[in-house]
Amino acid sequence: MSEIGLAHYLTVAAILFTIGIFGIFLNRKNVIIILMSIELILLAVNINLIAFSWALEDLVGQIFAMFVLTVAAAEAAIGLAILVIYFRNRGSIAVEDVNVMKG
Amino acid sequence: MILQTIAFYLFAVVAIASAVMVVTARNPVHSVLFLVLTFFNASGLFVLTGAEFLAMILVIVYVGAVAVLFLFIVMMLDINFVELREGFQRYLPIGGLISAILLAEIIFVGGLWALVAEVKGALSEKMPEESKLTNTEMLGQLLYTKYVYLFQLAGLVLFVAMIGAIVLTLRQRTGVRKQRVSEQVYRRRADSVEIKKVQPGEGV
Repeated sequence: MSEIGLAHYLTVAAILFTIGIFGIFLNRKNVIIILMSIELILLAVNINLIAFSWALEDLVGQIFAMFVLTVAAAEAAIGLAILVIYFRNRGSIAVEDVNVMKG
Repeated sequence: MILQTIAFYLFAVVAIASAVMVVTARNPVHSVLFLVLTFFNASGLFVLTGAEFLAMILVIVYVGAVAVLFLFIVMMLDINFVELREGFQRYLPIGGLISAILLAEIIFVGGLWALVAEVKGALSEKMPEESKLTNTEMLGQLLYTKYVYLFQLAGLVLFVAMIGAIVLTLRQRTGVRKQRVSEQVYRRRADSVEIKKVQPGEGV
């Protein structure tokens, strides 16, 4: 078994990122799963940042990963709030029904 | 070293498998629980790279807050999930194709990519050599000095998100009887009690 290097972590991050994209395509109707896929994508980004921080022995990657985490948490809160009021108004969360703001 | 290798493969495989389950699970509650498993294993990967503080943050913030928020929303909204799943088979080939292309592209880019030798000299914040500082102390010393404005800005982002979520979900319901304590306290005897003279044999 070879030693674990940067490439291993980057591969894991790339696979997680792709699974996130795949999830958005697969669950086109379910907004909750789409939000979870976005969380997966941001997690892959974080793994990338931390792997580079470890390989280059540079701390800025970890600091940046922390800010990504902050923004992801804020995004989840706002997204779920929008989801709740959308469900309250329309009684469904299907993506196709979101056409009220269409011009 | 062999232990680290085994741990890496364990965390990576479980993280990827549970990520697949997140997007394919039939029940959204299971999806959220698999998301929790993915985050746990990702934090294991973080520990392996020496980012202990971020690993703990990931567990506390994501598993403790965000995933529970998702679970709460999934259970609170009364949604017909079977109806939402139709078209799953239809989108499977195109989604698989696009993500396979994306993964191939990322791997090509990664394969062609290499670190140049000078990159070590161009680093902005080198980790202190052989210091006795823990990861948390190193991060704190950097975060509260050089990146303090960004740190404040991150707090502002969270603050705005909190206000936004409250404003969005707050609703004024009309026609609901609520207890108003101030009115109860300010109610006086003169407002509510009236003495009437009742003649005998007549009733009120």
